[in-house]
Amino acid sequence: MTDLSHIHAAAAPRTRLAGRLKLALGVFAIMAVVPPVAQALDEPFVVVIATRMMIFAIAALSLDLILGYGALVSFGHAAYLGFGAYAVAILSRAGMDDLLIQILAAMAASAVFALVTGAISLRTRGVYFIMITLAFGQMAFFFFVSFSTLGGDDGVALAARSTIAGMPLLQDAQGMFYATLILLIAVFAGLYRLTLSRFGRVLTGTRESALRMEAIGFRPFPYQLTAYVIAGCLCSVAGVLLANQAIYVSPAYMSWHRAGELIVMLVLGGVGSLTGAMIGGLVTIALEEGLARYSEHWRLGFGMILILVALFSPGGLSGLLRRLGLVRDGK
Amino acid sequence: MSEALLSVRNLSKSYGALKVTQDVSIDVAEGQIHAIIGPNGAGKTTLISQLSGQLRSNAGQVVYAGEDITRLDMAARVRRGLARSFQLTTLLPGFSALENVALAVQARAGSSFRFFRPAATETALNDEAMTHLASTGLADRASRMAGSLSHGEKRQLELAVALATRPRLLLLDEPLAGTGHDEAARLVDLFAALKSRVTMVLIEHDMDAVFALADKVSVLVYGQIVVTGTPADVRADPKVRAAYLGEEAA
Amino acid sequence: MFDLFLLQLLNGAQFGILLFLVAAGLTLVFGIMDFINLAHGVLYMIGGYVMAMVMGTTGNFWLSLVAVLPLTLAVGLVLEVLIFRRLYDRSHLDQVLATFGLVLVLSELSRIIWGSAPLSVAMPEALSGSVPLIGPLSYPVYRLAVIGMGLGIALLLWFVIARTRVGMLLRAGAANRAMVSALGTDINRLFMLVFAAGAMLAGFAGAIVSPILSVDPGMGDSILILTFVVIVIGGVGSVKGAFCAALLVGVVDTLGRMFGPILLQSLLDPAAAAQAGRTLAPMLVYVLMAAVLFWRPTGLFGRSVAR
Repeated sequence: MTDLSHIHAAAAPRTRLAGRLKLALGVFAIMAVVPPVAQALDEPFVVVIATRMMIFAIAALSLDLILGYGALVSFGHAAYLGFGAYAVAILSRAGMDDLLIQILAAMAASAVFALVTGAISLRTRGVYFIMITLAFGQMAFFFFVSFSTLGGDDGVALAARSTIAGMPLLQDAQGMFYATLILLIAVFAGLYRLTLSRFGRVLTGTRESALRMEAIGFRPFPYQLTAYVIAGCLCSVAGVLLANQAIYVSPAYMSWHRAGELIVMLVLGGVGSLTGAMIGGLVTIALEEGLARYSEHWRLGFGMILILVALFSPGGLSGLLRRLGLVRDGK
Repeated sequence: MSEALLSVRNLSKSYGALKVTQDVSIDVAEGQIHAIIGPNGAGKTTLISQLSGQLRSNAGQVVYAGEDITRLDMAARVRRGLARSFQLTTLLPGFSALENVALAVQARAGSSFRFFRPAATETALNDEAMTHLASTGLADRASRMAGSLSHGEKRQLELAVALATRPRLLLLDEPLAGTGHDEAARLVDLFAALKSRVTMVLIEHDMDAVFALADKVSVLVYGQIVVTGTPADVRADPKVRAAYLGEEAA
Repeated sequence: MFDLFLLQLLNGAQFGILLFLVAAGLTLVFGIMDFINLAHGVLYMIGGYVMAMVMGTTGNFWLSLVAVLPLTLAVGLVLEVLIFRRLYDRSHLDQVLATFGLVLVLSELSRIIWGSAPLSVAMPEALSGSVPLIGPLSYPVYRLAVIGMGLGIALLLWFVIARTRVGMLLRAGAANRAMVSALGTDINRLFMLVFAAGAMLAGFAGAIVSPILSVDPGMGDSILILTFVVIVIGGVGSVKGAFCAALLVGVVDTLGRMFGPILLQSLLDPAAAAQAGRTLAPMLVYVLMAAVLFWRPTGLFGRSVAR
């Protein structure tokens, strides 16, 4: 009898997640056919935009780990985009063009930064945490702004995109696109497993009640810090891709506007659901690029949309879809 | 009294000029149920919070199993076998009843720095969690979200989670409050059965339960222990009648 | 060297006073309403633009300065009623989303109305000179006037907070939010008042700084982040903390930029020192903030978390 009920209990969350997982798989499938469709319609620029959308979806996914699952509202997450981008710029100058090496270096630098700043930031709570992460993000920003050998304020152009195992696979837009898609799927799958793992349970538990976690013997700090480091490392992957996509690196990647935008992506898509975070990243960039086509004052319309969503659609797009009855699964 | 499992010496807690706990000293022998009773506002929950490590004490000492744990935080005390249940439930509302208990099992069963295998597939965690749910009468609620359980069921789950930490000493903060008559009777039976394995410090307003279960009773009034003794002694004590039982009757 | 130090100290104080004017309202909004407002810097910018606009049509500095007060107050009231009021009991995330959107909308609107090019505002004749300090030193009268006006407002705020009924409610609210509503006060009116007054102070700061710095669409951004730093160092909800922290941040930032490279030169060769100085100086206030929070996680004057 015990056995039966445990199977029943374990099955419940799985059906709960299945809806979201299907949605994510659908997104991957649609993205996979973007390049051929764009070619058929003779709209090559769509591939470039779609690549950018996916890059920011990776960044949004990484932020969701700490913000959505750990309830740690970091306003300094854009710093890791910068670390990834500058890892590409610095290493390619030193003659190391391999994407894998660049990603590993970006992750290592991000891990160190996240470990140190996370350990300090996690001493604080609530608005203090938001503000101290913002401050660390600004520190990183000003560090690169003042780095004149890397172009300072203006940033610096790259000589070429990175290579993979010596081959210039990223050189054309399609190669860049599919490399990004593969990394997006990898990050999504990794985080999906992670959120269900023992570690993910503890992290989610600290979000729901830190007191309860302590009462069963968990100190939240090491788990929160680990998540903070993982999130930083994954976001730096998005930074590596961003530098490659633009063939250009600039401190603007790590400005507080970017950090705010990452939060906006999550809130738009729905916090604490990886599919929501991913769709939030995709939609936000699509919206920006789309609006920018119509008017140079696109920020006006974009800002209004954000205000309206915040006022009238708590839970972002997934909340809206749920209310409209289009998606049933809950949080 | 040297073999007391929990030995509290002159424990105090104050907020500014307000003394909530004053010079409390109690000894809890292994295998006993030690009840702490007292009128509302006597500082019972504060005392439990100090014992569990949730609140820092201003003065005094807590010795558990021969170790001075006064400076240890709650998580460290739990890992040494000193668990508590909360009066106001602090369950994880978005977790199922089973997951709430399984997480407590996970806390002491191996490392939680495991990132890949879904915890829901770990039968060892689920099986043990199920036995705790069953022992508190919640077996058929395993897959329900904790947030959607009835008040009484939340109290039962609270207890199942505390048991899942495999405590040697359990601090129970009004475990019967808000439970129905049948559930309360079942919990009283459970405590009586647990007594051989788990020592308990019990705060409870249900006097029938207290006098049925407790080996010793301490009466706390305005943060001070007025008297400690067997249930019969305490019931007969004139100070207690004046300070507490009298008020109950009035 | 000492002369330079004194001048920079005054510049730092003047910058700090400015930060205080922007921070005073925001720290109360943070502390009492637990509300994250990213759009506060935009109000500072609007103050600057309104100043430049009225100045452009009337040519009268003082009239323009006086006109800024009711206008920014009105902007604050409108925003409170239309948007902020609906967000007080929502999550920090919804607040970030809405106020971030508002930053985009208001910055873009001002870009449409006033253009992207920086506008300048002429100093009033009477304040355009310099006064002699000790020795050969002199200091611009206008900057001294800014310090004076800021101190005057700080004094006024202190009086309101320490001596009036509204002030008592504010103090109680910053310490314990539930208490204010328990006192039976019309909490919504109090919030509206705090919000509008905060907007007015930020607008005033934007107005008085306009003759020193130029007015441009980015001016709100740079001050907003430093304002956050001030609020967090001072302790959320504490006006006194904001005052001390604002002066501290103003002085540290100004002196750091000036003397950081000079100090480094004694350690490194000039080129490296110049680079390191340029790199480190803008980071200094953030290092300061991290250090303060490491030492006191709720800021200098923040209430500590009960434990």
